[in-house]
Amino acid sequence: MTQPRQEVLQKLTPVLTKRWLSPDAWQIGVYEQLDGYRAIRKALDVHPDDLIQLIKDSGLRGRGGAGFPTGLKWGFIPQGDGKPHYLVINADEGEPGTCKDLPLMTYDPHSLVEGAIIASYAIRANRAFIYIRGEAVHAARRLRNAVQEAYAKGYLGKNILGSGFDLDLVVHSGAGAYICGEETALLDSLEGFRGQPRLRPPFPAIAGLYASPTVVNNVGTIASVPYIVLGGADWWKSMGTEKSSGPMIYSLSGRVVNPGQYECGLGITLRELIELAGGMQPGHNLKFWTPGGSSTPLLTAEHIDTPMDFEGVAAAGSILGTTAMQIFSDQDCPVYNTWRWLEFYHHESCGKCTPCREGNYWMVRTYRRILAGHGTVKDLDTLQDTADNIFGRSFCGLGDGAATPVVSTLKWFRDDYLGYIEGRTAPRLSEKSLVGAH
Amino acid sequence: MTDVQKRADQVSLIIDGVEVVAEKGELVIRVAERMGIAIPRFCDHPLLAPAGACRQCLVEVEGQRKPVASCTQTVAEGMVVKTQLSSPVAAKAQAGVMELLLINHPLDCPTCDKGGECPLQNQAMSTGRADSRFKEEKREYEKPIHISSQVLLDRERCVLCQRCTRFSEEIAGDKFIDLMDRSSGEQINVYRDDFFGGAGTGDGQVGEGEGDVAFNSYFSGNTIQICPVGALTGEQYRFRARPFDLVSTPSACEHCASGCSQRTDHRRGKVLRRLAGDDPAVNEEWNCDKGRWGFRYATATDRILTPQIRDTKTGELREASWSEALLAAAEGLKAAKERGVGVLTGGRLTVEDAYAYAKFARTVLGTNDVDFRARPLRATGSPVTTTEEADFLAAAVAGITEVTYEQVENAPSVVLAGLEPEEESPILFLRLRKGHIRRKLRVTAVSAYLSRGLEKIGAALVAAVPGDEAHILASDAAVAEALGAPGALLIVGERLATVPGALSAAADLAARTGAKLAWVPRRAGDRGAIDAGCLPNLLPGGRPVTDDAARAALSLAWKVDAGVVPGTPGRDTDRIIAAAADGTLGALLVGGVDPADLADPTLAENALDTVPFLVSLEMRQSAVTRRADVVLPIAPAVEKAGTYMDWEGRLRSFGAVLKSTAMTDGRVLEAIAALLDVSLNTGDVNAVRRELGGLPGSTLPSPVRPSVAAARAAQPAENQAVLATWHQLIDLGSLLDGDQVLAGTARPPVARIGKDLAESLGLADGDLVTVGTDRGSITLPAAITDLPPRVVWLPTNSPGSTVRRSLGVTAGAVVTLTAGVPGPILAEEAAR
Ligand SMILES: Cc1cc2nc3c(=O)[nH]c(=O)nc-3n(C[C@H](O)[C@H](O)[C@H](O)COP(=O)(O)O)c2cc1C
Ligand code: SF4
Ligand code: SF4
Ligand code: SF4
Ligand code: FES
Repeated sequence: MTQPRQEVLQKLTPVLTKRWLSPDAWQIGVYEQLDGYRAIRKALDVHPDDLIQLIKDSGLRGRGGAGFPTGLKWGFIPQGDGKPHYLVINADEGEPGTCKDLPLMTYDPHSLVEGAIIASYAIRANRAFIYIRGEAVHAARRLRNAVQEAYAKGYLGKNILGSGFDLDLVVHSGAGAYICGEETALLDSLEGFRGQPRLRPPFPAIAGLYASPTVVNNVGTIASVPYIVLGGADWWKSMGTEKSSGPMIYSLSGRVVNPGQYECGLGITLRELIELAGGMQPGHNLKFWTPGGSSTPLLTAEHIDTPMDFEGVAAAGSILGTTAMQIFSDQDCPVYNTWRWLEFYHHESCGKCTPCREGNYWMVRTYRRILAGHGTVKDLDTLQDTADNIFGRSFCGLGDGAATPVVSTLKWFRDDYLGYIEGRTAPRLSEKSLVGAH
Repeated sequence: MTDVQKRADQVSLIIDGVEVVAEKGELVIRVAERMGIAIPRFCDHPLLAPAGACRQCLVEVEGQRKPVASCTQTVAEGMVVKTQLSSPVAAKAQAGVMELLLINHPLDCPTCDKGGECPLQNQAMSTGRADSRFKEEKREYEKPIHISSQVLLDRERCVLCQRCTRFSEEIAGDKFIDLMDRSSGEQINVYRDDFFGGAGTGDGQVGEGEGDVAFNSYFSGNTIQICPVGALTGEQYRFRARPFDLVSTPSACEHCASGCSQRTDHRRGKVLRRLAGDDPAVNEEWNCDKGRWGFRYATATDRILTPQIRDTKTGELREASWSEALLAAAEGLKAAKERGVGVLTGGRLTVEDAYAYAKFARTVLGTNDVDFRARPLRATGSPVTTTEEADFLAAAVAGITEVTYEQVENAPSVVLAGLEPEEESPILFLRLRKGHIRRKLRVTAVSAYLSRGLEKIGAALVAAVPGDEAHILASDAAVAEALGAPGALLIVGERLATVPGALSAAADLAARTGAKLAWVPRRAGDRGAIDAGCLPNLLPGGRPVTDDAARAALSLAWKVDAGVVPGTPGRDTDRIIAAAADGTLGALLVGGVDPADLADPTLAENALDTVPFLVSLEMRQSAVTRRADVVLPIAPAVEKAGTYMDWEGRLRSFGAVLKSTAMTDGRVLEAIAALLDVSLNTGDVNAVRRELGGLPGSTLPSPVRPSVAAARAAQPAENQAVLATWHQLIDLGSLLDGDQVLAGTARPPVARIGKDLAESLGLADGDLVTVGTDRGSITLPAAITDLPPRVVWLPTNSPGSTVRRSLGVTAGAVVTLTAGVPGPILAEEAAR
């Protein structure tokens, strides 16, 4: 392992991650000692509209993948409409490779609770929900404990800190479906229905949870709020780039020496991040990587100096997504990896729309055949065409996500496919796996 | 864009280069359709909320990154849309979706019911490719599974468009079917235990697991009709025909007064299926399962095709020639005329046939003893002299067509009394539900309990002990308040006749509040029979028999002497039965009446036995034909032309579906009349229609409404209760008799009792309870329901619960209750 250089180390900007290494920061007493619940005192003193303006001024963009400006989203909630408003925090974190929300909720759950209180106050919601994925049992336990502690201390419940503001916060565990991270499917699931995306419009800001105005934000988005309240919009904008402000938690996995979460200002490059992670594993040379989860087009070694902010990654032809950077080397096979991802997408497709439901069924089987050594060159054209028929034709982003690794590996690594087809690469799957369960 | 003429609530847009004006909020797919551009589609259905699920209807919209589903996209000013006709992107997107839809679709076309009328087949031709690039194995499921006794589901064929589930949830309110599982394993199914780890094999019939819930919706057949593939099929039609071999005829449903328009498909003289017709003013595109599947009675083995007369020597019925039988009927009726002949017509006649009976009674028999009402006319034990209902029908129903389906849908508030719309008028129920769901229609129901149907229309219950309805209508403030808004409607059912003062109170309440009043009978012929004159107090056209001028004018039109048509009201059904039973009447002429439907079936059968001469016009063997002296076969609805009048008073005319030699009632009566030298002129429906249209109008103001004092409910003693009862849609009704498959979807008969009775009898849900009178008893499983104290509810005419025959009473009567002892059949079942 090589030690990162000082100038690269300095790029680490622990904000959301700053308490993660403090022992017991998940307990309310420790959290309070470390600046905790200071922001809400400040926030509850100002007018909610001013808070929305503050978030707008900070340039905070959603951390859930799409990077939608958060202040703008909050501003969409109609005020004085006589309907209940809801804040729903998306803690479903299902995008392959993504691992920033679960550690945050495990090591620093109160920062999310505090953010939830401020956000609810800003949008005038008296009830907020955290929808956490079912498998994240430990994080959910920590979160529930934090909510209980916050109630006990008067940060939640009636008349919070004498402000006259009431808030109930409910932690709801999903049943482990990737689609329930899609915000409208999440809302249906939260209401007790089958988790399938809803038709939009109406958008959640107008008719979300129980047909009432609702803000759905990612864990990282909401957890950023207390820091912005304390530090101010200018401080927040001092990190990151002009259009992508603030720090971001980059989750590095794969062929690096120290996989994990690295929080840096938006705009850092993969080269720097790999250095922070102790370099590539010995004997491994970077071949391809996902900038923000498997649903974002793959990039290759030549993109190593792309600035990892919304604009930079877009310019390279991909999406910043959830900054889940999975790093693969020359010892990894892009065909094999794409198949693994497709198995995931096929398993997780909700089934509502034809392209995703049927297309994944088909593509998965084609990959199995190619990897078992029975592919044809024509299969590659069919795969490309099928992916084209899914991308942009599906009901929700899951279908697009599924087509994405197919399209990008066919673009960058066609020869790896031909290797299996022409017999240059040994089959990775046995005949048996072709008799697919479905 | 050139400026075309448009209103403020319209926008203009361009589709395939053509500028078009559309209503704001309209969907692109509909606008294109109007222009003659057929965008392929599966999940889209004009009467269901948009889903955007199948993605077949993708088009290109300028300025949008991705193709857009035209079935979910609303129009906008200046929008530029390119469909498959002008956009390669849209064409490719549609072809892509079609290919994906087909990869898992089985090659069932040669044996699939839908083949030949299948949107998937058709659109695969227009939008699909000739070959398949799909080389992998297809998804497989067990071939069709029964999701009810009537409906089968072939999951391999399903394209998961969710039309069926959306219909069931949005329109019928019966969420019995839903999506299960996900991804390529996603499927439609009913709730089954084995899905959740319970008993059952996982792929067999519904009903294997104890908690399985079948698709027993009264509207389930609509899902088969709107399924765009052959995934849903009906037990009756499966494998029996190919659409291109069928002859389709528009028809009208003969089962109830909802008045559904239908399409009847036949092949070589046999009806194979019936579909809901498309009539936006009435049934939209839906019908109920009874109307869809209840047509087998016409081909039942006990259908009568040859006249029969009772042999004087053997005393048995024997087949006879038409001329012999008609002559026997004519002579018998002539001989009995002196003592009097009663005419019972039942509620299943067309307007034309009803008119024939009304005219026959007046001109041939010289009597007003004619009544179509084959049901209890008054409370059990009420004196037969009360004529409240007949007076009400004369004053508030005959000749009046005030309330329509459209008004129901758009009303601010509707009060229901004596009517459970889902059971007694299913399409009215669907309209009420549409109003409730889409326009927040407020429904108030005066009823013994909040039935499932009432719940589905969001009804607020004004709980009524049977017998108290009149009092409630007369004095309940909430009911009067609900009728205060302009456009509010008061809708009453025929059952109100059994509550003294209720119809008076209803008419009075409507007059007081300004609400419009509608009377909803159960049978298809009921409403028409009133206007045709099948009542003892009304002549055709709703003219009172006591109106001298009307009688004179009618006599002139009918070319009979003044004085032939009597000027005093005749006997009603109950009094005709009584007069026949006590030997007063010389003969009865009965058309399509089942004695079991009458207030006292035993007395009715007694009357049929006693009356010296009985003529029966019937389709099938019945309790009447078995006792008749002359049986004259008549045509079922499919074999004749005619008109029903629905509850609105709207005419539902239809032509004959099948060629047949069977005769209408009107034609048979005409032939009898001819033998008695009266020219009835009712043999040809067109002639009758002309005659009805040309009858002189009534000159009198409409009769005054009845004013019978409101009764109060009976006070039951210890171990007694007041009986509440109404018909279930699918029950032992004579037109459904013998149809096991349809009967399988009926609601299981239960006796509903309140918590108070359950406690005092020591009963839990499902325990047997016995309801008795001095006549007999009924034992059914108890269903503990939120009922007023000391009220028990029974289905009127369901298996194991024939209230009129077994108990000899009707709603409002006092009955005794005991913890039940199973009868032999139930005991046997329990032992098993
Ligand atoms: C298939 C799919 C899965 C998603 N999963 C998640 C998730 O696990 N967590 C999340 O925050 N957002 C997820 N999203 C994005 C959400 O729909 C939504 O954009 C996000 O929660 C908005 O929050 P933000 O504005 O704070 O980013 C997913 C989207 C799709 C299409
Ligand atoms: S793309 Fe379609 S099938 Fe896939 S998850 Fe979204 S809605 Fe469901
Ligand atoms: S059964 Fe028919 S209507 Fe229902 S989802 Fe399948 S294809 Fe559509
Ligand atoms: S609702 Fe009435 S008219 Fe319509 S199909 Fe059913 S029985 Fe026939
Ligand atoms: S018809 Fe438009 S998505 Fe199905």
